[in-house]
Amino acid sequence: MGELKFESAIKRLEEIVEELEKENVSLEDALKKYEEAVKLIEFCSKKLEEVERKINILVRTEDGKLEKRPFEEEVEE
Amino acid sequence: MNESRYVYTVTELTRHIRIILEDCFPIIWVEGEISNLRKPISGHIYFTLKDENSAINAVIFRSEEMGINFELEDGQKVLCGGKITVYEKQGIYQLQVERIEPLGIGSLQLRLEQLKKKLKEEGLFDPQHKRPIPLFPRHIGIVTSPTGAAIRDILKVIKKKSYNVEVTINPVRVQGELASLEIARAIEEFNQMKDLDVLIVGRGGGSLEDLWAFNEEIVARAIYNSKIPVISAVGHEIDWTIADLVADVRAPTPSLAAEMVVGEKERFIERLSNNKIRLQRTMEHKLSSWRMELDNLITRLNIYKPTQLLEHYKENLKEISLKISTYLLHLLEINKEKISGLMSRLENLNPLTILKKGYSLTYKLPEHTIIREANILKKNDLIETKLFKGKVISRVEEVLENG
Repeated sequence: MGELKFESAIKRLEEIVEELEKENVSLEDALKKYEEAVKLIEFCSKKLEEVERKINILVRTEDGKLEKRPFEEEVEE
Repeated sequence: MNESRYVYTVTELTRHIRIILEDCFPIIWVEGEISNLRKPISGHIYFTLKDENSAINAVIFRSEEMGINFELEDGQKVLCGGKITVYEKQGIYQLQVERIEPLGIGSLQLRLEQLKKKLKEEGLFDPQHKRPIPLFPRHIGIVTSPTGAAIRDILKVIKKKSYNVEVTINPVRVQGELASLEIARAIEEFNQMKDLDVLIVGRGGGSLEDLWAFNEEIVARAIYNSKIPVISAVGHEIDWTIADLVADVRAPTPSLAAEMVVGEKERFIERLSNNKIRLQRTMEHKLSSWRMELDNLITRLNIYKPTQLLEHYKENLKEISLKISTYLLHLLEINKEKISGLMSRLENLNPLTILKKGYSLTYKLPEHTIIREANILKKNDLIETKLFKGKVISRVEEVLENG
């Protein structure tokens, strides 16, 4: 659902930009559209930055449960 | 005894042998080494299949040959699938080969084909079962070796893009006896965690034997049963493993699998920033052109402001009045003589001027009308006579009409 909203948000943004790029937009209309566009950008940016980057590895504890630990790369050559 | 002897004809015997042989070996697999390979113009392939102790003639008919995906050569060990047939004319039996595979991976290939067929019939590869990969997965689960090339490649892509995404690795062996069990279990464990958006299951490239775990039924079923969409990433661009066939999406390499999960996000970020720039640019352009238009209007308005207008009119008036007076002066100058002429004529017309010369005006009283003819008067009428200086009032003594 979130993605659908995102997808339609970015489509709407593209529409607005295209409309604004046409010459015959009134000042009032343009400001209204600009405001909407800024809101859409905020929404999309927020959506894209929601998660923090984490890289974990699952480790089996003695009682058989799985635990997340930060992953340190140790690559065998 | 002689009477009970049954004598076969050669044909009968050969046919009998043929029936027995062909019934006994309808579908068989036999392995051996190719020798005496012949490919006559007929298009059929003849060779002898042998091992240390024995040999058997073999033929691949042209129609079967199409299925061979490797080059046959003498000395090559192969696995042949087919049936025993008897060539009655010469009384020889031969292996009629319908399938042939290089030995080693051949038997694996066979198992693979059999499993593929079975799972396909069960619907594990059905396209309608495949789910889309989410556009912005937040939490990616990776089932692979923690020390292999695959994890390194995947993390490299994710780090390079530096997007915010959570990655959890469920470490497994990716080859050997236990690999398939571990892979299947890891997929199930991720499904129990419930907060994952997509799984990448894979390993780096290798031989068919190395990749074998990804061809096992238990892995195929774990992928099929996963509620989380699965990307298979077995590093082998050409051959599809069963895991590839069951997975929702198949990535040819682990790096490409990572691209698939974060690449979409990258494209969106690009799209977003692209639009941001365009929006900013077009608004700046618009605002500056509006600003210019406004400045222009202000300048024009200032010109027509009321005080400005009055000043303007005043200025105009001044100019006009100056023009008029100049014109008048000019006019006066031109007409000076004319005017003085007129003045003297007026002077002449003034009755007082005439009186000055000694003429006088006479009025009848009390009407005070000018008397131009004597006959309007009678004796004893009062008259007033206006002289240059003063008046005289007199009484008429006598009227002389022709005087």
